[in-house]
Amino acid sequence: MLPDFLKESFSFQRSRPLHVYLVLSWIFTGAQGGLYYYLPRVAGKKIAWPTGAWMHFYLQLVISVLIMAQLFMGKFGGREYLEFPPIYGVLVLLSWVPLVINFFATLKPRYQEAPVYIWSWSTGLLFFYITYAESYLWLIDYFNGNIVRDTTVQWKALGSMVGSWNMLIYGTAMYIMEKISGNQKPNRSALAFSFYFLGMANLMFNWGHHTYIVPAAPWVKTISYFISMTELFILGNIIWQWKKTIQKAQLHYHLLSYRLLSYADFWIFLNLILAIIISVPAANYYTHGTHITVAHAMGTTMGINTMLLLASIFYIAKIGESSPHKRSEKWAGVLLLIFNIALLFFWIALLGAGFQKISNRANQVVFAEMMNQSAPYFKLFTISGVFIFGALLGVLIIAIRSLAKTKKQISAS
Amino acid sequence: MLKIYVFSTLFAAYSFYTVLIYLTGTKETAPTNISFDSKAQEGKKIYQQYNCASCHQLYGLGGYLGPELTTDYSNPERGPLLMRAFLENGGQRMPNFHFSKEQIDCIMSYLRYVDATAVSYKNPYRNGY
Repeated sequence: MLPDFLKESFSFQRSRPLHVYLVLSWIFTGAQGGLYYYLPRVAGKKIAWPTGAWMHFYLQLVISVLIMAQLFMGKFGGREYLEFPPIYGVLVLLSWVPLVINFFATLKPRYQEAPVYIWSWSTGLLFFYITYAESYLWLIDYFNGNIVRDTTVQWKALGSMVGSWNMLIYGTAMYIMEKISGNQKPNRSALAFSFYFLGMANLMFNWGHHTYIVPAAPWVKTISYFISMTELFILGNIIWQWKKTIQKAQLHYHLLSYRLLSYADFWIFLNLILAIIISVPAANYYTHGTHITVAHAMGTTMGINTMLLLASIFYIAKIGESSPHKRSEKWAGVLLLIFNIALLFFWIALLGAGFQKISNRANQVVFAEMMNQSAPYFKLFTISGVFIFGALLGVLIIAIRSLAKTKKQISAS
Repeated sequence: MLKIYVFSTLFAAYSFYTVLIYLTGTKETAPTNISFDSKAQEGKKIYQQYNCASCHQLYGLGGYLGPELTTDYSNPERGPLLMRAFLENGGQRMPNFHFSKEQIDCIMSYLRYVDATAVSYKNPYRNGY
């Protein structure tokens, strides 16, 4: 679709890593920003090292600009997700240090009585460091010189890294839920901790369902399969709590942040079903390497992570709690509905392209023809993508304006 | 206290599992006559430098704009001649990267090595899956 003069300078080889980096940045930065806001409120005191927080902000900003410049110039590390040169990986790790210091110095968590969201945030930070460092093991010959080990490192580290940022975001969602409902009990209950530990086990072990066709030892796959199937408990709980969830959603529907949490619930439900299906080896054999895997990734990053991060932003902006935001709230509600409907079509288009590829593979259709036959799904994908972009842009403008208004109100009072 | 025990147990299991995977779970699968020699190593470097993963997958890692390359080398429908032609001239969607003959040889050696390791890829059910 690009004009010829842009094809070289903005080729897919450059635009894809840029897209991936910006998506990851949105997720990380959104989660970090939320933490900086919630930490002093949970601790009931000022943040321990405000200068460190600003250092983190500027450092991350500079590193991101540098990474984008490297990608534009065609300097790559060539690894999935972390496609920038490895030296920037070290800088990213360093930039997180002030957040970790602020987290522990401000909260001084006493884990025995801490609510589940503090466990979730702590686990997210710990595993971000472990998995990010692990993803660079390929720089060592022992890993780089064996494709099976190298591929396993990537799937293992990246799979668990997704789990680590989910822990950060889910922790935030649980905190917001507590604040909206005013009920502290659920986040201290045995059930909440059971699901937290189940989530942690999945973070650590379930990445392996991506490696069924990698020639690693069979026991790696067996363990991953059994752990992946524990997600059935989570799915079962969602279905069990369905009526209650709907009733709660109706009760708090007027709060935009709660509505966003409800949208995320819907996407968790859909993506969990998809995750369980693609974790079954016989199904994975067909779905692996098709757009069905992409649908799972997009459903998770946009349907779940983005909804939860927007819920966090709107909670901070206090939309729905004061009259100056009423009009914005109405518009944001409409745009979010458009976003979710478009996302559903986007998701279905990816599933369609995935099934098309499975069918074409079975019939041994050549790759170019495979792409041609998938064109209708790609068209639907593009059209729904345009709606997603427009709606999300509108939502973000409203969110930023509301944040500015809220800041003014706080300063005035 | 129970929560701390559960966390510690899970974390210890994860650490042990990680070591076990990297020591015994991911042994080399390529036949002894095909090794990750200096040419294949150079090919891997080029593959990463040019970010081939943005369009092509190896073992499912990478983009979807181009075909998966894991077993392309031994695929009778594609094979080394077609792959070499794409590397030399580009294609409808693939840019011409103006690779030198040496670079193309290295990339081909790397993809030959990857293909040789892909035992379970060619017949996943033989591996129990």
